[in-house]
Amino acid sequence: MSTPAPATGIAKGERLLRVEDLEVAFTTEEGVVQAVDGVSFELSAGEVLAVVGESGSGKSVTAMTLMGLTRSSNARFSGTAHYTDQELVNASEDELRRVRGAEIAMIFQDPMTSLNPVLKIGDQIAEQIQEHQALPDAQARELTIELLERVGIPRARDRLDSYPFEFSGGMRQRVMIALALSCDPSVLIADEPTTALDVTIQAQILQRIHELREETGAGVILVTHDLGVVADIADRIAVMYAGRIIEEGTLDQIFYDPQHPYTWGLLGSITRVDKPRPERLPAIRGLPPSLANRPEGCHFRPRCPHEFPKCTEVPPLESRVEGEPNHRDRCWLPVDEKREKREVRPGEIGLPDKEEAPAA
Amino acid sequence: MSVETAPARPSDPAGGDGEGPLVSVEHLKVFFPIKQGIVIDREVARVHAVNDVTLSIAKGDTLGLVGESGCGKTTISRTIMRLLDATEGRICFRGDDITSAGRREMSPLRRQMQMVFQDPFASLNPRKRVGQIIGMPLRLHGASRGEVVPKVRELLDRVGLSPEHINRYPHEFSGGQRQRIGVARALALEPQLIVLDEPVSALDVSVQAQIINLLDDLQDEFGLTYLFVAHDLSVVRHVSDQIAVMYLGKLMELSPSEELYTKPIHPYTFALLSAIPIPDPEENRSRERIVVSGEPPNPIDPPSGCVFHTRCPRATEICREVEPPLARYPNGHLAACHHPLNVSDEEIRGATKDPTSPLSAGDELPSASAAGGTTPAA
Repeated sequence: MSTPAPATGIAKGERLLRVEDLEVAFTTEEGVVQAVDGVSFELSAGEVLAVVGESGSGKSVTAMTLMGLTRSSNARFSGTAHYTDQELVNASEDELRRVRGAEIAMIFQDPMTSLNPVLKIGDQIAEQIQEHQALPDAQARELTIELLERVGIPRARDRLDSYPFEFSGGMRQRVMIALALSCDPSVLIADEPTTALDVTIQAQILQRIHELREETGAGVILVTHDLGVVADIADRIAVMYAGRIIEEGTLDQIFYDPQHPYTWGLLGSITRVDKPRPERLPAIRGLPPSLANRPEGCHFRPRCPHEFPKCTEVPPLESRVEGEPNHRDRCWLPVDEKREKREVRPGEIGLPDKEEAPAA
Repeated sequence: MSVETAPARPSDPAGGDGEGPLVSVEHLKVFFPIKQGIVIDREVARVHAVNDVTLSIAKGDTLGLVGESGCGKTTISRTIMRLLDATEGRICFRGDDITSAGRREMSPLRRQMQMVFQDPFASLNPRKRVGQIIGMPLRLHGASRGEVVPKVRELLDRVGLSPEHINRYPHEFSGGQRQRIGVARALALEPQLIVLDEPVSALDVSVQAQIINLLDDLQDEFGLTYLFVAHDLSVVRHVSDQIAVMYLGKLMELSPSEELYTKPIHPYTFALLSAIPIPDPEENRSRERIVVSGEPPNPIDPPSGCVFHTRCPRATEICREVEPPLARYPNGHLAACHHPLNVSDEEIRGATKDPTSPLSAGDELPSASAAGGTTPAA
């Protein structure tokens, strides 16, 4: 058994994870579902990468594939994902088990169903600790108490023997975080960690994740559909649509100079409490495509009012804004034209209904 | 109809325009008994789900009812629909007291009040075709087979689905499309009131906006009255004329929609607003935020005085002892707090105890010295 690398050993900025050309497809009755299509990204220590997208964009499948959780008989994989020197996509179960939980840990969306309902909280955490470290029971128990206190569970010692049903949603999510932190992972994958929670509890959990990142220097992949949450804690953003990353860049690049029309749409359709309310809520027309039957070329084409003939070719993910090599997107429109079409009156986004769009 | 006519209402918190409200609840209490014992059921405790709440909605208006899980918002909406029984208090619909109306008395009213549920995956029968789902309320209320089909096709078209989809099953649709089916079903009987129980919280952001806009259009077209239940303040703003904020079974604040966002009076409302992350990195960095600590207390044994005092950064002795009455500020803005935010000394002096205050509330209105400030931490 390998001893997990102590988190304190990670230097800020050190590259932890490199994913290259990841593809995941599932064979189903309706045909081949291409859930992830050529996804590449990197994650450095101490950074929060937000993977943003709607249901069916492939964001969760990407995250789960890194943990080896999508390996089913109908799944096909290609591409690579390296955690330091360990390749994950093609790793054996034994190799994965050494990394999973200890080096890369995951927080799931639904705290109501991701804990074992018939095991006591303390035993669930201690089990994970002892799986990766040879510790006597008493010591594992002390470590568990320490972890629960760290994530903000009051009277942790008394709560060890509680079952998950005795906890509220926010408390269970804290237990999930404690579980994920139990082996001092250097990569933390949080898949919609606050979606099931009330807003005041969401604020508490996000603050906790933020503090833990500072304390441990871990890299965090935050999978979410909520751009408000992203603006709160992310450093970099990758926007996914129908299995592909369609734009990636720093927080400010994505929020203040979004290049892909889908990103404008996402940013524009969020309801805001700090601005006067618009007459009408801006909406993206149409629906995301089925992953079993994606449109050719740019997948956003059928919903995009700015479509032109070139859009039937797949746009590569590359830097198009001059002087910003880290800001990459998949849209054929020239940058100037995008900036012009994006600028609209408040309460609108640069995606008019096709019928109403000026002749183009 | 044998429903007895209600006497004149003691108050009208919606500040209605001459006409009475379409629907109102007065001093509504809904408690759920917790029973124990095998042979003899003994009531050992009660969950105080809704604890003395007065609300009303004028015809054609939308009331947003907001609060976190367990605050009683869904219980209120179900009690109005008479799916749950009130423990105390009164429910009126079009001026008629329906608090204890029986099945037969409710039947003609049922078609006037419809509901759209939160989860479009669970609220449509997976074994029925769309035509059967939307047509069912019509059939139940006596429409013939020949009348149903054209009506259903018209409804599908109205909610933005293709009439050709009439023979499909729910699983063939995405979440947003299913919610449209739910809306079509609610519209089928041309109701006056539609209770929307978190109708968009299960949907993707880009689809949420489509559904909200659809609801907006339908309201204009058919003069519908909405009760819009939501767990946070971001979405309700776009549909509501008035917003009621609840916490642990009590009404904390009731305000004209826009004013709530610029001038939240209750610290809990401020906390709810402040907890919503703003999708703008720069403003987020500069914004003053408070994170309310702790979790909502147990509604079986709610705190004394103001129910929010255990988590409130402004709480003092009086909050622990005396339940604050609903104080009426300008613009029909009501708030139940001893230490209100965002109000001037003048507004405080002019405040009066609103007759819709809970019966157990004290008489003491906030004093100028205890109030003021714009953030709860002040």
